[in-house]
Amino acid sequence: MNKLSKIKKNSHIYWNPYFGGLMLGLVILFTFYVTGRGPGASGAFKSTIVTVVDDIAPTHAENNAYYNRFIKKGDSPMNTWLVYEALGLLIGGFLSGALSGRLKLYVQHSPKITSKKRLIVAVIGGIAFGLGAQLARGCTSGAGLSGMAVLSLGGFITVLSIFGSGYAFAYFFRKNWI
Amino acid sequence: MGPLIPNGVIPPEWNFVIAILIGIVFGFSLEASGFSSSRKIAGVFYGYDFAVLKVFFTAALVAMIGVYYMDYLELVNVEELFVLPTYTWSAIVGGIFMGFGFVVAGFCPGTTLCAAAIGKIDAMATMVGIFIGIFMFSELYDFIEPLFDSSYLGRITITDSLNISPYWFIFLFAILAVITFYVVDVIRKRVKKVFY
Repeated sequence: MNKLSKIKKNSHIYWNPYFGGLMLGLVILFTFYVTGRGPGASGAFKSTIVTVVDDIAPTHAENNAYYNRFIKKGDSPMNTWLVYEALGLLIGGFLSGALSGRLKLYVQHSPKITSKKRLIVAVIGGIAFGLGAQLARGCTSGAGLSGMAVLSLGGFITVLSIFGSGYAFAYFFRKNWI
Repeated sequence: MGPLIPNGVIPPEWNFVIAILIGIVFGFSLEASGFSSSRKIAGVFYGYDFAVLKVFFTAALVAMIGVYYMDYLELVNVEELFVLPTYTWSAIVGGIFMGFGFVVAGFCPGTTLCAAAIGKIDAMATMVGIFIGIFMFSELYDFIEPLFDSSYLGRITITDSLNISPYWFIFLFAILAVITFYVVDVIRKRVKKVFY
């Protein structure tokens, strides 16, 4: 590779996407083989919220039909499989970033928008994702990948809906990205 | 025969150790595939980077082929595996919310954890958003509950509902994936490049 071609290249080198997909697919397969269920990501967020609300307002949490599903007598709602898995996710992400020299504290955004705008849209997008992941009983990992792995009809519907909606809304938010 | 922990082949005390190890490989693979960058992820919606689509569908395909192959070899019984129950309308509406969140934030819950782990402040902001979203859902649960529990179809697979063999479905899905991978490469070459 000569110097000229280096200028117009993305600065990060990532895995070949098919290799990345193979590795992720094997992780999902292994998880089903060992635990009988697939991995997920939004479950740990939910457990955290249930724990916080149960700590601050226990009566309120007990009276709410949704929190009440996940409160365990004599045990923390944090003591669940998905929370430990999410902990691993953080460690794994950190390790990969550290080995590739990608550890850096900053706000990543398109040069066409400010950091402040990027942070605002990041929170708004997160809110929608959090709501949607509860409604669909899982996110892109737990409902999408783990659902599709065992051919769950709901998993396929969720994935189609996520990507369909993403493409439908993409036009309106293009200035944030391109 | 699998699944190993439910069938007592591996003692349940190992469950959480295995959870952390699985999480580590999961997180490593996501980060190494470039999903700690919202600008790379968002490329799938604008045609300048299809890594999300390639990684996602390759992973789904590898997992499906693996599950049904292991079932065929009697290493695991697919009937004993957890299949996400189908609630048609909550899956559709939930997916619409997630698609919106995906293109606005550029992250999903798994990728935002990886990105936050390497110091992306925008990913930490998305995490805050996800917490708020789940809190709002829980507080509004009485209002959302009719939609949440409607159109329940149970533990149903896509091949049950289409009434075809899972082996044929996976075969056709693999062909569709390969065609899609080819088409998106053609699209990407025609779209203005974005450097990040």
